[in-house]
Amino acid sequence: MATTAADRSEPPAARPRRSELQAERVRAARLFLLPMLVALALVAAWPLLRTVYFSFTNTSLSNLAGGEWIGFDNYLTWRTLSSGKTIWRGTLVDPAWWNAVWNTFRFAIISVSIETVLGLLVALVLNAEFRGRAIVRAAILIPWAIPTIVSAKLWAWLFNDQFGMVNDMLMSLGLIDHKIAWTANVDTAMYAVLIVDIWKTTPFMALLCLAGLQMIPRDMYEAAKIDGIHPVKVFFRVTLPLVKPALMVAVIFRLLDALRIFDLIYVLTPNSSATKTMSVISRENLIDFDKFAYGSAQSTLLFLIIAISVILYIWLGRVDLGGQKQ
Amino acid sequence: MAQLQLRDVRKSYGSVNVIKGVDLEIRDGEFMVFVGPSGCGKSTLLRLIAGLEDITSGDLLFDGVRVNDLAPSKRGIAMVFQSYALYPHMKVYDNMAFGMKLAKAGPDEIRKRVEKAAKMLAIDHLLDRLPKQLSGGQRQRVAIGRAIVRDPKVFLFDEPLSNLDAALRVATRLEIAKLHHEMQNVTMVYVTHDQVEAMTLADRICVLRDGLVMQVGTPTELYERPNSLFVAGFIGSPQMNFVNGQIAKGFNAHTIGIRSEHIVVDNDSPTWRGEVVHAENLGSDNFLFVDIGSEEPVLVRQEGKTAIPWGATIGIRPLSENMHRFDEKGVPIR
Amino acid sequence: MNAVKTGAFYLAVVVIVVVAVFPFYYAIVTSLKTGTALFEVNYWPREFNFQNYVSVMQQGAFPRNILNSILVATLTVGFALFLGVTASYALARVRFRGRTLLLLTILGVSMFPQIAVLAGLFELIRFLGIFNTPWALVLSYTIFTLPFTVWVLTTFMRDLPVEIEEAAIVDGATPWQIIFKVFMPLMWPALVTTGLLAFIGAWNEFLFALTFTSSNTTRTVPVAIALLSGATQYETPWGIIMAASVIVTVPLIILVLIFQRKIVAGLTAGGVKG
Repeated sequence: MATTAADRSEPPAARPRRSELQAERVRAARLFLLPMLVALALVAAWPLLRTVYFSFTNTSLSNLAGGEWIGFDNYLTWRTLSSGKTIWRGTLVDPAWWNAVWNTFRFAIISVSIETVLGLLVALVLNAEFRGRAIVRAAILIPWAIPTIVSAKLWAWLFNDQFGMVNDMLMSLGLIDHKIAWTANVDTAMYAVLIVDIWKTTPFMALLCLAGLQMIPRDMYEAAKIDGIHPVKVFFRVTLPLVKPALMVAVIFRLLDALRIFDLIYVLTPNSSATKTMSVISRENLIDFDKFAYGSAQSTLLFLIIAISVILYIWLGRVDLGGQKQ
Repeated sequence: MAQLQLRDVRKSYGSVNVIKGVDLEIRDGEFMVFVGPSGCGKSTLLRLIAGLEDITSGDLLFDGVRVNDLAPSKRGIAMVFQSYALYPHMKVYDNMAFGMKLAKAGPDEIRKRVEKAAKMLAIDHLLDRLPKQLSGGQRQRVAIGRAIVRDPKVFLFDEPLSNLDAALRVATRLEIAKLHHEMQNVTMVYVTHDQVEAMTLADRICVLRDGLVMQVGTPTELYERPNSLFVAGFIGSPQMNFVNGQIAKGFNAHTIGIRSEHIVVDNDSPTWRGEVVHAENLGSDNFLFVDIGSEEPVLVRQEGKTAIPWGATIGIRPLSENMHRFDEKGVPIR
Repeated sequence: MNAVKTGAFYLAVVVIVVVAVFPFYYAIVTSLKTGTALFEVNYWPREFNFQNYVSVMQQGAFPRNILNSILVATLTVGFALFLGVTASYALARVRFRGRTLLLLTILGVSMFPQIAVLAGLFELIRFLGIFNTPWALVLSYTIFTLPFTVWVLTTFMRDLPVEIEEAAIVDGATPWQIIFKVFMPLMWPALVTTGLLAFIGAWNEFLFALTFTSSNTTRTVPVAIALLSGATQYETPWGIIMAASVIVTVPLIILVLIFQRKIVAGLTAGGVKG
């Protein structure tokens, strides 16, 4: 009848002691988290630290263990010649690097803006009820489902200057008078990349927007209809403000994704200075040119740019990621 | 069998004090009901007894043994939740057997206990069904059955009838009362906001407000001798009539209280005269709202079937032995 | 007026569907052509020649590449799911100090630009002696499959009802038993969705696959397709490339279409609620 626990006649504790239940739960939680944390430390934290370390050395690909510390030389260094002229070296004064930075930001901002607008429009279409809606929703999942490399190849074929369908169609419509080398030409390469990325990613944005739209209760629209408000006004005054939170999260995720882009550029427009992004040029230096330490420096810079963007976003938006609802 | 003791039990979430010092003794085998308005802490108190929340300070004893630090499954308790909380992917039999399976009991013993409990609750024909195939009332009985199988010393109910419709609520209330009779040696602690449930099921009622115990006693004690204005107004349906002002002063009190069933219509020797401003005919009783010059009209339960028209002036007389008098602090004047 | 509006609406619908589907359709059309037919532009199928498909499966190590992709994706997803289920329980259901910080950190890791860890991973993989093996990829893919599964599963775990967990606690279940006997059966759909999305992510991965494998027999599908080349540098075998693309994409499209609703739920759980 009596429980096995001994009768504790200690004086009341100065601060509340955890009961057995809570203690057991916290212990189990720590145990559950440990493997995951170890795994992440191994594949994420450690390699990142090593990359940063390499950026301060002169390590080369063929001799990974033999790098010597050279400080900031990969980033920025200068030497004054006997003539009095100063030569600056390092990735921070490398025009190829800054070109890559410019390309990356240009690409990210344009693609995400267009994807958001188009995504919202497609979501609005999908939000309406009409026959065949299921087919449309299935259809837009296709670009998203196709692996990026395959998309790049598909569109490389469409953009092919000799036999590509794009040139063929534009010529027969009279919009151009000679075949354009979309992916090779410096002026058009970025457009080609943008078109493919927008084609591939708009469905994702559309789906997120659709989810946000569907959370808006129908009675809002009915009330607006009774009040006789013009649909366009309803969109800007009712729909848009309510969709904005979900939209903002989607946009920031996409922006951070776009800043890291590699696959599409590497396969669609290889070696094009008009589209080389920070990831592409970093890898080029790391692996292709065997400027391992230099490439590490560039990788580190890219990491810093993204980290600062994330911190800025969280700080400015004060995003609630703790999920206080329990 | 278990006697529960709560000694100066307090519970805070951060800086918010939810339970502010509760001293209570729950006797062996009794049916104790915690009742009170929303936010009074009754559910929290129940969860402290269960062990689902930590007690911030104070002691909880089962049969004289301090159980503050024990996990719920080691306290010998079983709990019936408001939303039944059945495991959706398990059949009824497995729902009821889960606890014993975890404790590594033998399959024969499990079968014996589950079937016994199922029979007690008339759900033995449902043992192979999934919860989603059951009605609300059946699910609640399975939840009770699961608790019975644990063979607990203390049975805890957290507003178990709130999710049921009115008719089902009455039927299930009867089941729970029957259960108490059949399981005389099990202490039961029951939480509800409905004072009718409290009055009909309880051996003793504990009225809570704002994290403190207002009064503990049998239903009759609370009904006839409330120790505060709050308890007087909380217990009893319809609510007790309260009159302040001059009329109360006439009885040497700040407030007087009289229940509607303790006022009679007496046109010959009335204490008060007033106009009938509203009448409610509930079929079994007639309730008259009489304006006697106080802030609110007084509710009178009329015996007999003579229809008294609206607007008529009548005389009413409160039965003096049932009149309650309170001072300005809400403390009864005896 | 209404007819114009409806007409414009359906026009928009048609445009959306055509734009979405055309490139893939065109790839199919192309893959069924051979020889000089490839040099013409045909919007409609001109012939139904499966020669390209035969070549793809016989040439190089393409079937082996497909197997590699399947192996790597399955292993990394399985591993991530296992670690993710237990981790997400801790993050979603147990209150402890530093929980929010941990969640933020995990989210942060999924934001890592993969290039930033390339150098470090390269060294690590060489050190472990697994360069040019599937294990190099299983290891490196964890950097994005694990945070993703933890994040999405945590969202799903949070939504499971508290009272069922409390009933299990009263019944005497340990946290391990709560996860595997009570929550897992309820989370099957979430696990399938998360697994599927992570699988697709692993399948598509290019940078690590390109860098950490060096021979045809160990490559995965994306790298194989990217490097498909003809006999000379002027001869890009478009027919074969299209056939390979179709082979690789059709199963994915079928999977995605079957699990449409779940995938959308999973994506939006991670995106909208996050």
